[in-house]
Amino acid sequence: MSTTLAKPLHRFSARHAARLPLMVTATLLVAMFTVGSVQYEGFFSAQVLLNVLIDNGFLLVVAIGMTFVILTGGIDLSVGSMVALSTMLTAWLVEQNGLPLAVAVPVVLLVGAGGGALMGWVIHAFEIQPFIVTLAGMFLARGLCYMISTESISITDPTTTRIAQTRVLLPGGLFVSPAVVIALVVLALAFVVLHHTRFGRTVYALGGNESSARLMGLPVGRTKVMVYAVSGLCSALGGLLLTFYMLSGYALHAVGMELDAIAAAVIGGTLLTGGSGFVLGTALGVTVLGLIQTIISFQGTLSSWWTRIVIGGLLFVFILLQRLFGGSRQAE
Amino acid sequence: MTPPHDTGAGGRPARTRGARRLTEHRLFWPAAVLAALLLGNLALTHDFFAVRVQNGHLYGSLIDILQFGAPLILVSVGMTLVIATRGIDLSVGSTVAIAGALACEHIATAKDPGSLSTVMAAIAVALGVAAAIGLLNGLLVARLGVQPIVATLVLMVAGRGVAQLITDGQIISVSSSAYKMIGGGYWLTLPFAVLLAAALVAVTSVVTRRTALGMLIESVGGNPVASRLVGIRASGLLVTVYIVSAVCAAVAGLMISSNVSSADGNNAGLWIELDAILAVVIGGTALTGGRFSLGGTVLGALIIQTLSTTIYTLGVPPETTLVFKALVVIVVCLVQSPAFRARLSRRRRTAAPDPAPAAGDLTARRQEVHS
Repeated sequence: MSTTLAKPLHRFSARHAARLPLMVTATLLVAMFTVGSVQYEGFFSAQVLLNVLIDNGFLLVVAIGMTFVILTGGIDLSVGSMVALSTMLTAWLVEQNGLPLAVAVPVVLLVGAGGGALMGWVIHAFEIQPFIVTLAGMFLARGLCYMISTESISITDPTTTRIAQTRVLLPGGLFVSPAVVIALVVLALAFVVLHHTRFGRTVYALGGNESSARLMGLPVGRTKVMVYAVSGLCSALGGLLLTFYMLSGYALHAVGMELDAIAAAVIGGTLLTGGSGFVLGTALGVTVLGLIQTIISFQGTLSSWWTRIVIGGLLFVFILLQRLFGGSRQAE
Repeated sequence: MTPPHDTGAGGRPARTRGARRLTEHRLFWPAAVLAALLLGNLALTHDFFAVRVQNGHLYGSLIDILQFGAPLILVSVGMTLVIATRGIDLSVGSTVAIAGALACEHIATAKDPGSLSTVMAAIAVALGVAAAIGLLNGLLVARLGVQPIVATLVLMVAGRGVAQLITDGQIISVSSSAYKMIGGGYWLTLPFAVLLAAALVAVTSVVTRRTALGMLIESVGGNPVASRLVGIRASGLLVTVYIVSAVCAAVAGLMISSNVSSADGNNAGLWIELDAILAVVIGGTALTGGRFSLGGTVLGALIIQTLSTTIYTLGVPPETTLVFKALVVIVVCLVQSPAFRARLSRRRRTAAPDPAPAAGDLTARRQEVHS
């Protein structure tokens, strides 16, 4: 890497290291939308973009939680299973136990946040790698789904179906689902928490260098537990949104969603080593993933597995970008 | 962060007596758990240990466990070497799917699917592509310094898509008796898959334990910087390890697809990477690298396979195996965690003073950290 080209590149990257992936992602997004609009009839409309949000609102919420965890240098592999467990739990409570939705929702959120906090505590107290603890959480949540039922539970509860069919109308004949509104509120909250609170600063400090954070007297343990609780809460909320979207609970919902969430965060410019990234970038990442699906469905001749291949390819490119431009962190 | 790399296997002070030495042997606990599981099965099914000969083949639950466990053993052995270098290979499940898809696609489109040359060519294609996958993972980790979990995540995501691309989203069925041999055939009365797995495990353990390779791998995993300073070429070693892991996964993929005579890009090898990591961890190889035990891994894989068999025998929905696996992961990790042991020994000491705490220095460090 000692070529003559590398020098100016590194000087540039030193100044814009954190924002560069974000710029690349934004450019990519514009490019994808332009190509789609030129290529396919009916692609160039605001509703197409809004549909991306409608179809991926739950992923956005989950990816926001994941961003918190990745910022601390950890990883949460349990989110996909947690989403499935939330759909299952909601369907089970509402359909098979006849509980009102107003009771089921807090229960599900509490289970998510509690499960996350428990994993965070194990990670912190016993110094076990986050990867392996959340892997166990992933098995556990998925297994609990099957313990509730191995079959899909469809939801016919009138309140739930009414919410699911609600349209939030926007000017110009456009519309979004309530899930999109909730996801955007979560995004705004996450932005404020990460950039304007002491907790947010501790999250970044923890990802930058844990021992330094500890020496500075920051509450390392409490923050770690909190971060995994946030991720658990977000996946439970994401699961609720998915329940409204699918109107069913099923143990095979959201298989592999942890990968989509990680990919969204990485494509959005969050460093997987922690300490650097933006939650707004994650939103861009989710939009990129959604737009890939949209383009593939507009193309018509491409099959769904191309989504996975393209996401993998993008992940590859962005990881390379992180290595090449994240020069300051290469010392590790 | 890693616990201090001590003098290696058996390097403990000679304060132990016979029984104690037995329980402290690194394979004792995995072997005990496996034995307990098998005995538990005997209580459930009375002819569990019965092995009978039928048409010159051995049949029985124990043989089934070995045969269905063979792919997991192979994947886990590759994973052990990767984890010993402080890495992880998440792409093995996708590699399993890709290898099976490639081989079946090649056989299904060949003129004479039954001939040995066709099958050999199919195997060569699958193993060659797997080696390329391993090479890519290895280069990302060793040359570009990408975290292993991230580097292999790429192919974990994309690989399954590639496998479906190869099979065109269908389940490809093949009818080739030569191919069927790999996963479903018998040789010398034993399932061929078991013999193949045993041979590959034997080769791996001879190569790593009778040459310096094993020590070099442990050295790189234990302390990458120090190994570079003493002149170990870590990057070549890392690339090799990832290639071995991918090739092992490919052989497992051939076994799985051969056993059911079809390739399913979507479901073949699904979550096998997690089972393999679990097997490695149960076998006593620490995820922090620096030390590995192939024997432990084989025991770990057999424990997982026996656990699955037990669940089936109990008549519980097989999907709930995941809950048991999760509990096993949690317990094993807690037992391995120095912090957990330190807490336990601290608690024990307040009750009755223990003259020689094994993790004394770690306890001190922990207390320092917590104060």
